[in-house]
Amino acid sequence: MTAMLVADFREAGALTRAAQWAKAAGYPLADAFSPFPLDGMPAILGDTSTRLRAWMFIGGFAVAALAYAIEFWSAVYDYPIDSGGRPLHSWPAFVLFPFAIGIFAAALTGFIGLLAKCGLPRLHYPLFDIEGFERATQDRFMLALHAPVRDADKRSAVAWLKQAGAENVWELEW
Amino acid sequence: MNAAAGIPREAERWTEAGARSIDAINDIVSAPLIARGRWTWHAWWIAFAISLALTMVMAVTVVWLFATGIGVFGVNTTVVWGFPIANYVWWIGIGNAGTLISSMLVLMRQHWRASINRFAEAMTLFAAAIAGLFPILHLGRPLYFYWLVPYPNTMALWPQWRSALIWDFWAISSYLLFSILFWYVGLIPDLATLRDRARAPLVRTLFGIFALGWRGSARHWHTLQVYHTTMACLGVPLVISLHSVVGLDFAASLMPGWSETIFPPYFVVGAMYSGFTMVIVLAAAVRWGLRMQALITVEHFEVMAKILLAASVVMTLSYAAEWFSAWYGGEVAERRLVAFEFTGDYRLLYWFMLLFNCAIAHAFWFRAARRSIAAVVVIAIFINVGMWLERLLIVLNTLSHGYAVGMWRLFAPTTWDFLLLFGSLGFFALLYLIFCRVIPVVSMHETRRLLSAEAQQ
Repeated sequence: MTAMLVADFREAGALTRAAQWAKAAGYPLADAFSPFPLDGMPAILGDTSTRLRAWMFIGGFAVAALAYAIEFWSAVYDYPIDSGGRPLHSWPAFVLFPFAIGIFAAALTGFIGLLAKCGLPRLHYPLFDIEGFERATQDRFMLALHAPVRDADKRSAVAWLKQAGAENVWELEW
Repeated sequence: MNAAAGIPREAERWTEAGARSIDAINDIVSAPLIARGRWTWHAWWIAFAISLALTMVMAVTVVWLFATGIGVFGVNTTVVWGFPIANYVWWIGIGNAGTLISSMLVLMRQHWRASINRFAEAMTLFAAAIAGLFPILHLGRPLYFYWLVPYPNTMALWPQWRSALIWDFWAISSYLLFSILFWYVGLIPDLATLRDRARAPLVRTLFGIFALGWRGSARHWHTLQVYHTTMACLGVPLVISLHSVVGLDFAASLMPGWSETIFPPYFVVGAMYSGFTMVIVLAAAVRWGLRMQALITVEHFEVMAKILLAASVVMTLSYAAEWFSAWYGGEVAERRLVAFEFTGDYRLLYWFMLLFNCAIAHAFWFRAARRSIAAVVVIAIFINVGMWLERLLIVLNTLSHGYAVGMWRLFAPTTWDFLLLFGSLGFFALLYLIFCRVIPVVSMHETRRLLSAEAQQ
């Protein structure tokens, strides 16, 4: 059972300020939604680290190494062709294939990592049930808090969000 | 976020008054997709009909080619590469510019690319895909092209890794797949916007599926940005290596005029040059046809004109380096080839090439020329023709005038050569026209961000 309070703001700056205040006031921030990336927001949410680049490096390097190994093994052992006395292990000519495929493999690893980290594809998300949430991808800036359990706390949180400039505050449970 | 509330200077420069609110951007970009009744599409339908007809011409040519063999082209036993290889190099050059724009300009923080990167990337995909067809069409036995793929087979064959053909295959296929990923990831947030704006259930569902459930979460944005920047860093070496490999197809040979160390960088500059001219032509078409005057502005044409001017100077220097090294190297065949370029049978084409590629871009020293969209587009078209002539002449001059004097022969194109060239242009236009109707041609989330001072702090 998850319960959230979702507030929407007209301006990007209002959302950032509200998120900072909410964090300082000790409200548990769940997420923020905006039609374009807000640079300061990951730091406020405490989510700036990502191992995506490391995974991309590993994926790209592994496939490049595999590609080179295939070249080496096929050209030197399995199907050696003496072409004008050139060395069987012609490494300068062998670099291009691992390079190109390695970069693509890094890109693909990153894409899979991106989907895995974001939990996408997930075509329906509970917040989509809110009438008005569709504007988070268009022109509104939204803040989601984990809703307090006690009703009195919840009411004060709603009042506080309104005071911070929220135009609407919705409560959602799933 | 309205126009009064402090629009950043960058946004003021790169947008017109009609596109200075988030709502206006959403509306302008999504109108061709979900508010199609706003204007009649006569021009689009006429263009569609013409490009469909040309695509049919290409299809017929390809069928005829496969049925009768490469004898239908003007190639002969001396000039073994003709139009298809020139077309291949030209198309792949155009296919370079989109990724150059979206990766190099991202890394250099050039905000103006926000309005043009999406359709330039689409251009990249279509041009690279068409380019990839030409080496296959040019093969005498196209049905065996899959032998380029290393797979354990009953013939116990492996590809010849030292062959430039193999490098081409991997460079193009890796680049194409990479570009698709790069393009699609940048598209996801915009597809979500369209999902949330569309009214028709089918349109909504389709955009919804491809948006993967994107919801604009700050955590997702962060990961997406990390991925996008990393892709930009990977894209720059990949795009440079792609056209360098195409340059190596020539430079790794032992022919006068080809076996030159300058070829890889020279090909990359040429690719950027012709690719940018195509971006300019498409920018003008998109701006007019999809009513995007407020987003794609005269300022954009002005900076692209400056890039063309710089590229033109570099091209001229590259040609001069070729002439100089032929003279300085002292090799008879090399010197003879340069003389043949200027005075031989293809001289008229060569002089036109020099006029288009080296001379006319100098009009862009004048501000009035840079700020006239008509002038920029006309010059861009001439430059693109000049670049095609360059690709053609690189093939023809060397092959017609190699080391063995007794082998000298000329190339005369056939009707099929021209039909395939113009057919491929029609196919490209057809793909592009369809793209304009199904995918947002300008990146909404990047232009929105341009407007927001907060986001850039």
